Amino acid sequence: MTTAERVRWYARGIGQTLITLGVVVLLFCGYELWVTGLYTERQQHDLGRGLDRTWAQAPAPDPHHPLPYQVGKGIARIWFPTLGKDVHYVVVQGVGREDLKKGPGHYPTSARIGAVGNVVISGHRTTYLAPFNRVDELRPGDAIVLETQTFWYTYTVTAETIVKPTAVEVTYPVPGHLGEKPTQRLLTLTTCNPKYSARNRLIVHAVLSTPLAKKPGVVPPALAKVVTG
Amino acid sequence: MYVWIWRHLPGSLLLRLLQALLLLTAVVALLMLVVFPWIEPQLPWNDVTVTGGSG
Repeated sequence: MTTAERVRWYARGIGQTLITLGVVVLLFCGYELWVTGLYTERQQHDLGRGLDRTWAQAPAPDPHHPLPYQVGKGIARIWFPTLGKDVHYVVVQGVGREDLKKGPGHYPTSARIGAVGNVVISGHRTTYLAPFNRVDELRPGDAIVLETQTFWYTYTVTAETIVKPTAVEVTYPVPGHLGEKPTQRLLTLTTCNPKYSARNRLIVHAVLSTPLAKKPGVVPPALAKVVTG
Repeated sequence: MYVWIWRHLPGSLLLRLLQALLLLTAVVALLMLVVFPWIEPQLPWNDVTVTGGSG
């Protein structure tokens, strides 16, 4: 090999390596944005069926002794009627890595859905079906509906803030006030912000406006338009 | 490297194309099923909770 040939040989090797790396990075982006979503879609489908089955079979819970939530299992459905007709997800109990891959996760230490205190739910913003992708579009007054076995809980958005990832005070029963006894029924959503980053957290606060007992043919007004088309 | 692999694939042009496609599929599958799921937790952009833990 002459020197010129050797130089060409090395240059080609480096070029091919760089192109390969570029393709791998692109594949990884595709994996994060779409392939993870396929996984969550299947999990959501299974959780939804499980939830419907449990709700249909189990007797309505005694309000004084509600059934405990099981980590990793579906506990409710969350609807965002202002974000579109099909924007609803099964909420899973727990906020571990594996729980959040299945869907939005309920903090086990936070209030039960519909209860006095603060119901805290976290969800992915860009990966794993990105359930909370568009929560930044929620405006004060918008409805977020949580559906349980026996109730529709319609929460009204009150505020949206961006905080540091360490701002655990947003999850307190009275947000921002450690140790205070709650009197309101609140809902707090957390996700990462800005999109594709984990620099901050986007927080949506909401307050329960109307609990509605579930009956056949009855849907909360906020969902009426969405459900009936 | 790609040239080297191509030269060492046996058979006719069609067979070699098939083998190349098979190799490519295997590599992509390895990335999607093993490598990426392993890398992902080391990256920060899936953290959505405020506990300081991962999400």
